[in-house]
Amino acid sequence: MPFQLNINRKSRTVDVEGDTPLLWVLRDALDMKGTKYGCGVGQCGACTVLLNGHAIRSCLTPVSGVNGNITTIEGLAENGELHPLQQAWVDLDVPQCGYCQGGQILTAAALLAEHPKPTDQQIAATMNGNLCRCGTYNRIKAAIHQAAGFQSPVKGDTHDGI
Amino acid sequence: MTASETFAQYDADMQAVIAEVTAIAPPPVTAMGRRSFLKLAGLAGGGLVLAFHLETRAAHAEVSGGSDTAVLNAFVRVAPDNTVTIFSTGPEIGQGIKTAFGLIVAEELDADWKTVRVDQAPIDPRVYGSQGAGGSTSIPRGWDPLRQAGATARAMLIAAAASQWNVPAGECTAAASFVCHKSSDRKLSYGSLAKAASTQPVPELTSIALKKRSEYKLLGRRYTGVDNRKVVTGQPLFGIDVQLPGMLYASYTMCPAVGGKVKSANLDEIKKMPGVVDAFMLEGTGKPSEVMPGVAIIAKSTWQAFKAKAALKVDWDESDASKDSLTQAAAKAKEISAKLPAPEHNVGDVDAAFASAAKAPEASYDYAMVSHQQLEPQNSTGWFHDGAMELWTPSQQADRGQAMVMRMLNLPYEKVIVHQTRAGGGFGRRLANDYLCEAAAIAMKVNAPVKLQWKREDDFAHDFYRVGGYHFLKGAIDKSGKLSAFQNHLVTFSADGTRPVSGGALSRNSFPTDMAPNVRYAVSAMPLQIPCGAMRGPTDNVQMFVAGSFLHELSVAAGRDHVEFLLEWFSRPLTPPEKPAHLSWATDPSRIFNPKRAAGVLKLAAEKSGWGKKLPRGRGLGIAFAFSYGGHVAEAVELSVDTNKHITVHKITVVCDIGPIVNMSSAENQAQGGAIDGLSTAMGLEISAEQGRIKQVNFGDYPILRMRSAPPVEVHFIQSDFRPSGLGEPCVPPLAAALGNALYASTGERVRTMPFKRAGYTI
Ligand code: FES
Ligand code: FES
Repeated sequence: MPFQLNINRKSRTVDVEGDTPLLWVLRDALDMKGTKYGCGVGQCGACTVLLNGHAIRSCLTPVSGVNGNITTIEGLAENGELHPLQQAWVDLDVPQCGYCQGGQILTAAALLAEHPKPTDQQIAATMNGNLCRCGTYNRIKAAIHQAAGFQSPVKGDTHDGI
Repeated sequence: MTASETFAQYDADMQAVIAEVTAIAPPPVTAMGRRSFLKLAGLAGGGLVLAFHLETRAAHAEVSGGSDTAVLNAFVRVAPDNTVTIFSTGPEIGQGIKTAFGLIVAEELDADWKTVRVDQAPIDPRVYGSQGAGGSTSIPRGWDPLRQAGATARAMLIAAAASQWNVPAGECTAAASFVCHKSSDRKLSYGSLAKAASTQPVPELTSIALKKRSEYKLLGRRYTGVDNRKVVTGQPLFGIDVQLPGMLYASYTMCPAVGGKVKSANLDEIKKMPGVVDAFMLEGTGKPSEVMPGVAIIAKSTWQAFKAKAALKVDWDESDASKDSLTQAAAKAKEISAKLPAPEHNVGDVDAAFASAAKAPEASYDYAMVSHQQLEPQNSTGWFHDGAMELWTPSQQADRGQAMVMRMLNLPYEKVIVHQTRAGGGFGRRLANDYLCEAAAIAMKVNAPVKLQWKREDDFAHDFYRVGGYHFLKGAIDKSGKLSAFQNHLVTFSADGTRPVSGGALSRNSFPTDMAPNVRYAVSAMPLQIPCGAMRGPTDNVQMFVAGSFLHELSVAAGRDHVEFLLEWFSRPLTPPEKPAHLSWATDPSRIFNPKRAAGVLKLAAEKSGWGKKLPRGRGLGIAFAFSYGGHVAEAVELSVDTNKHITVHKITVVCDIGPIVNMSSAENQAQGGAIDGLSTAMGLEISAEQGRIKQVNFGDYPILRMRSAPPVEVHFIQSDFRPSGLGEPCVPPLAAALGNALYASTGERVRTMPFKRAGYTI
């Protein structure tokens, strides 16, 4: 059955069963692959999206229950300009395999919206639900601080993947 | 073949893969000083294309046709607009290889890094040779050929400029993708020279001087990954992201006890479910590394395939399936330990050393089976069209996967086309190509492209696990407080009844024969049908825990400072390395244990961690050393423990000597990740099995370390002029021993089991 969704500031209509998790609506029906499948049961955070600015697990959210504005990792940058978190992630070279990082960034975005200058404890408490199997936690923490303007920006020799 | 023979065969295959993956080809300068080394081709649009050998590999003889199909490895392409494209031949699994390969070529090419583009090379072992990753060998294998490729291309660009200006080539220099003639103040871009350069004679390799480390302009600095921007904006890079027109989605269900066959299944019901297009049984090949029997469900979306999988009811024939239970393994191992078998290694006179020892501590250590759990669940996409099988996969060994699919489907080389995607983690799990073979087998029966998607639960149930093991140890301290003898009896598991399973053999790095003047090492094995494989730092990642902890027990018993005790080992004359016939690298000075490098990292780790300084009350500092996969690494852990046995790790210090560093940012990231992985596994990870079934089903049962428990990891590198070794593995092995030693320093309790949660500790 058809559902009307507002995703990344655009209205989209999908025709799926109502119990289909938002994760698979995004990935399969809308071909938006930035939201990742990791566990399907709310334990890894790879599927994190923002619903009205709050981080939610799209693997546990049936499409029928979605009511509000969805932001996925593809929609975090506006007008081609990276969100400060994305920029910090690039500059501090956070990703290893990169699979968890979209979810990490969105969880961090919700954190910064609530606490623009988060403490280490706030970061650890909020980010605890997002697993990084590669163990990039030190850099995730540093990148959140950098995006919050706490540290003077550190830059590697940036390569934009031309 | 009986089922158990098939399993033994699978394990033998896996051991062969691991041996080959971890072996490093001999230094290529001598091996490949042939004129045929370079091959040039014109490029539409007038660029320079440079193809070069990396290695010739016996294993690829089967796919490498006649003699004119030279085994080439990578390409440098210089386009008229002055962009340089470098093809990365290996898989990006999070180890940063795509950026590193680009940098190594760009350094010798004197290319402007900002205009270098790194592309993934197609899987084509006839052209590229080995295209896998594993055993921390990508950088050491690629080091010489990649530098030579860059330097050769630069020499030809310089020669082209020199001839255009009519000046001696020796007066020209190159920097940032330009050739300059200083005295006449002229310069030309690589792009404008590319066409002329491609007609220059290819210089002999011996005439090409590679840069000294002090001359590097790029290598050793910090670079961000070439695909970072794509990663942080959610671009489709991974295997799971593959999307093709008209694509269908598949789930696959195998018997929870490996080796079970499908008797019957409710296929008719399943086929009626919404979105389900088809459902069918696969007999499979019977090898866990290929295709095990099961039921494939084809649907219009992943969710529909998953929902139908949940409704699937299969009646399994488990007569040949695993009945393994690990619950009794510890007791059995203890029983076996009563009888020491004929030792694998026996140096000196161990019995005499024990007879005259001042102290002879004994201990038994063990560690659980664990699972890889890379974050991207297994998947591959297959499409059988025009008589060819086309595949997309996040494998670590896609070239091997191609050969496996060729064999399985009886298709020629040209008819199996494999595309390498980025992989959401590897850790050795993707040395196996089971998901790729399954996708191919399923796609053969579906008249459309089809993406096979495993559930996380499938990843738990069907891994190639890191095997558990049991060690029974004895050490002798002589009257002067020196380690005089060391005995290690490893009780492991075996698929064929005698040979230890993949990843279960005695680690020669953890238990070198020169650890003490008198050593005796013996191995026994218990039967196991559950398939095992290689996990990040295979054998070392557990056995260094045992060796590194017991060495600390011995230094404590001897009343010695542990760092000083270890340095004494490193000051002993070394046994010359044995040279197994098939390991040509075994005598390469960059690849073997070097006591000076060992002492160097240990001393720096002691200094940086504050070894010997007074710690606040309740805090403990532990230190351990590992030589693993070519890297010399020392790690220190500082922690405190509360009354509920809850551990807070305050800091991990990592010091590595892996030779010169290519990309400091990525190296630091790998070292941090390795230490965190070591901590995560040591503290909480365990796979248990009963009646062949794995009990853990998802992350809730398998507490991979999270942000709240992740300590700061401080990383230092000692850069040397040895050839570089890789960094995927070596930072994992020393962590567990450093953790246990710190715990002992803090609490006086010695933990002799992994994970530490078995001893009641949490983090
Ligand atoms: S996929 Fe949703 S939390 Fe893991
Ligand atoms: S970067 Fe690989 S899981 Fe986080």
